[in-house]
Amino acid sequence: MSLKKVHDEQPKEFKFSNENSKKAEEILKKYPENNKKSAVMPFLYLAQRQNNNWIPLAAMKYIANFLSMPYISVYEVATFYTMYNLAPVGKHFIQVCTTTPCLIRGADKIVKLCKEKISPKQNELSKSGNCSWMEVECLGACVSAPMIQINDDYYEDLDEKSTKNILDSLIEDKPLKPGSYRGRANTSPEKKQTINGENHA
Amino acid sequence: MPKITINGKEIEFEKGMTVLQACELADVEIPRFCYHEKLSIAGNCRMCLVEMEKSAKPIASCAMPAAEGMNIKTNTPFVEKARKGVMEFLLANHPLDCPVCDQGGECDLQDQSMYYGVDKSRFVENKRQVKEKYMGPLIKTQMTRCIHCTRCVRFATEVAGVPEIGAIGRGENMEITTYLEKAMDSELSANVIDLCPVGALTSKPYAFEARPWELKKTESVDVMDAVGSNIRVDTYNWEVKRILPRLNNDINEEWISDKTRYSCDGLLKQRLDVPYIKKNNKLQKSNWDEAVSILVEKIKTLNPDEIGGHIGDMINLENALSFKKFFSVIKSNNLEFREKNFFIDPSEKSNYIFNSSIKGIEQSDLILLIGTNPRHEATMLNARIRKVFAQKKVPIYSIGNPGDLTYDYTIIGNNTDDIKKILSNESNFSKILSSSKKPVIIIGESALELKSGKYLIEGFKKFLKNNNFINKDWNAFNFLPQNASTVGLIDLKIISKDEDKRNSFFEKLKNNQFKLLYLLGSDNLEIKKNNEFIVYQGSHGDRGAEIADLILPSAAFTEQNGLYENLEGRVQECKKASYPIGEALEDWKILNLILKALGKNENLLNFDSLRKEVLKSIPNFSKLNELPNFKDFELIDTSPYFESEEVDIKELDYFFTNAISRASKTMSECRQIKHNSKKTGTDNL
Repeated sequence: MSLKKVHDEQPKEFKFSNENSKKAEEILKKYPENNKKSAVMPFLYLAQRQNNNWIPLAAMKYIANFLSMPYISVYEVATFYTMYNLAPVGKHFIQVCTTTPCLIRGADKIVKLCKEKISPKQNELSKSGNCSWMEVECLGACVSAPMIQINDDYYEDLDEKSTKNILDSLIEDKPLKPGSYRGRANTSPEKKQTINGENHA
Repeated sequence: MPKITINGKEIEFEKGMTVLQACELADVEIPRFCYHEKLSIAGNCRMCLVEMEKSAKPIASCAMPAAEGMNIKTNTPFVEKARKGVMEFLLANHPLDCPVCDQGGECDLQDQSMYYGVDKSRFVENKRQVKEKYMGPLIKTQMTRCIHCTRCVRFATEVAGVPEIGAIGRGENMEITTYLEKAMDSELSANVIDLCPVGALTSKPYAFEARPWELKKTESVDVMDAVGSNIRVDTYNWEVKRILPRLNNDINEEWISDKTRYSCDGLLKQRLDVPYIKKNNKLQKSNWDEAVSILVEKIKTLNPDEIGGHIGDMINLENALSFKKFFSVIKSNNLEFREKNFFIDPSEKSNYIFNSSIKGIEQSDLILLIGTNPRHEATMLNARIRKVFAQKKVPIYSIGNPGDLTYDYTIIGNNTDDIKKILSNESNFSKILSSSKKPVIIIGESALELKSGKYLIEGFKKFLKNNNFINKDWNAFNFLPQNASTVGLIDLKIISKDEDKRNSFFEKLKNNQFKLLYLLGSDNLEIKKNNEFIVYQGSHGDRGAEIADLILPSAAFTEQNGLYENLEGRVQECKKASYPIGEALEDWKILNLILKALGKNENLLNFDSLRKEVLKSIPNFSKLNELPNFKDFELIDTSPYFESEEVDIKELDYFFTNAISRASKTMSECRQIKHNSKKTGTDNL
C-alpha cells in the first residue's frame, strides 16, 4: 500500500446534496460545538458516498470550511485511512482481502484473476470501464476465507471458478448475488454434527 | 518541591515538568529529535528513552511527566541499547548523503549517530524513496532525509499560526508536505529550517554555499524592523552568507522573520562602493576628495536654514548622533527621521516605546490594536501575541481592519469616533477594558498619522492612568514603531517640532524650501524633487540614490559596530561582522571628512566618545540589553484636536520595506509569490 495520490482531474465544485446536508446536521449534533471537527470522518464518508465512491479535493475543502478546520487536516485524514478513495473507482469496486487467513486459503489466486480480468494494476479502471480492484487488509470475514468485497457486499468462500464467474458477471454489469459460494447460510457450518444431542460444526 | 532521582543524584524539580526537563536540571543530556522547548510534545521519535525503576520497558522521557520519587537512569547499558535500536530504525530509511547535505556539520542526526549509530546496516531492503516537495522560495526539501519528527508541522500550526504543513499518508509512506505543495503563507516560515533536526528542510538561498565550520559567527542585532531580534551573522570572508536567530526569550525567543533571515543577500547587491557625482544628468564615479569638496562648497554658499537633513530607518545611534552634531556645526536644525508625518510627543519616554515589553504581552488578559498590523510591522511581536492567544485565548480587539493576523480578533470600529466613545466611557468596550487586569493597548503609526493623533495618545494615557493601568508593575500604553532607528532617534531628539507648523521639516520639504537635502540612509521619504541638491549617504543604490546629485557610500549594518534601541527602549549592540564594500566608510567617518574640509577640526568625532554620549543622552537608560527604567509622569490637562475620520491601516509592502530587502533577490521572489497568490485568490491557500 503506497501513498494515495489525489486524482489529476478534479471536479471544480462539491456540495452536499439536500439529503446529505440533513445527515450532516444530524452528525454534527453528536459532537460539542467546539469539537465539531470530530465529524470529519463521517463527513468524508458522506462525501465519498455522494461522489461515486471517491473524494475529490473540492469535497475536502468543502468539509474543511464546513467544520472550520485547516485544509491540510482534512487532507491528512483522507490520506491516512485506506478506505477513503481519492481517485475514481469502478462502478463495481472490488476489494480483495489478502491478510493471512484469506491468503492461506488462496487469496493470491483471486488477486491473479483480478489482474487478468480487470486491470494489471490496482486502482485502475478495467477496459470495460465499470470495474476496479484493490488489495485490502482483513475485512473481518476470516471464517469464510477467501473473500472479496464488492461495493457493500461480501462474496465469501471463493475459489478460482466462482471468482471467475463473479468477475465476468461484473464486467457484463450483471453482478451475481453476494454471500457464500459454498452454499453456507451466513457462517454456519456446512455439515451439521450431533454429538450428545448438541449441534457441532 | 517534589524530588526525583536521576542517575543516583536527587534533585528538586518544579511541578509539571517532564522527565526530560528534570534531567536537564540535573545536567544530564538526553538525545532527542522531536522534542523542542517551544513546541508541544509529540513523543514520536523515541530517541529520549530512559530507564525508570519499576518499569520493564524504557520510557520516552520527553512525554513522561516527572513525579515524586521517580528513579531515572540514563547511562545504563539498557538505555544505550534502547537508543541504539531507535537510531537503527531512524537510519533504516535515511540516505547516506551527508557529504552533499547542507545540514552536515550542524545535523542532530549526524551528531547523535556518532554516539548511538551502528556502523553496519542490518537492512537488506531498499531505502524509501520520497519525491521532493515544493515549499516556496525559502525552503529546499529533500524528503528522503525526513525522520518524521513533525517539528515543522507543530511549528506551522502552533507558532506561525498557519496550519499548512501536515503529514499525509501513514506508516512507512507518511510524508511531510504543505497542502498541495503550495508555498507557506507565513512570515516565519523559514524557522522550520532551523527546527528540522536533519537535512530534510534546508535553506534554498543558502544551498551549497558554505559549511558551518568555515563561517565566522558574529552575534548581532537585526534592523529590519523595530523589534531588534537577536541574530547571528555568519560570514565567509567578507560576505554575509546567512543570518540565524539567537535565543532571547525577552524578544524573539528562538525565531526570526523571513525578512530578517533572507534579506542578507541584499547586502551584496546594489551596493554603493565609490562616491558618485551627477554630471550632465548622469551619475558618474568619482572620489572622496572631489565629492567632499563639492558638498563643502554647497554648504558654504547656502544659508543654514536652507539645509535639511533626514535620517533613515536603519541608522545606528552613534551615526545618528554624529549627524546631529554635524548639523549643529553647520548651524542647521532642520533634522528629521520620520518618513511620514505621524504624531510623536518626545517629552516623555513612555510616549513612544512599547512599555508593556514583548515578554510582558504573555501576562496580558486583553489586547487592543489601534491602527496597526503587527504581523507586518513587527512580525516577532505578532508571534508573541499569537502565543498568548493560543495559550490563554486572550481576547484581542482591533480598531481598523488589519487583515489576517494568524489569530482571531474582533473589530470594534473603523473610525476615530469609536475611540472617542471608548475614552469617554460611552462604549461597551470601555467597561471590558477597565475591568481587565493587565490590558495591552498598541497604537500603530497609521493611527498617529491621523489628524487626531495627539488626541489618541493623550486620551489613552489619561484613560489608562485613571484606571491605574500605568504604574510601576504594569504599563498598558504602547506605541508600535516600524523602523529599527525610530525609538533611538526620538531619544536623541532628532525630530522637528510640530507646534511650529509653518516651520516644520515636512512643510519645508513640501514647499521645496530646502536648497540642500542631506539624506543619511534615508530611502522611504517621499520627496518631490524640484531644484534641491540632494546628497545621499548610504549603503544601497535605492530610492534615495536614484534622486541624488551626490552619493557618498557608507557601510551597512553588518559592517560596523553600533547601538540600536528597539521598540521597548532596549539598547542593543549590533556588531561588525564584515567590512564596508569598496571605498565605503562608516557614516561618522564620512562626516569627519566633511568637517575636516570645512576647517572644523575641533569638532572631529570619534567612535568611543560618540557611544558614551549616546548612552548618556538616552533617557531612563538602565543597562545594555535591559528594559529602560520606569518613570512616572503627571497628566497635563489638554484638549487636543479631534476629528472624526476613518482609521486606515496603511498596508506595508512587507518584503520590500527597506533598501536592503529591496536589493535582495530572495525577498523579491517572496513578494512575487505573495502577489500571485493574492491575484488568484486564496481559495487554494
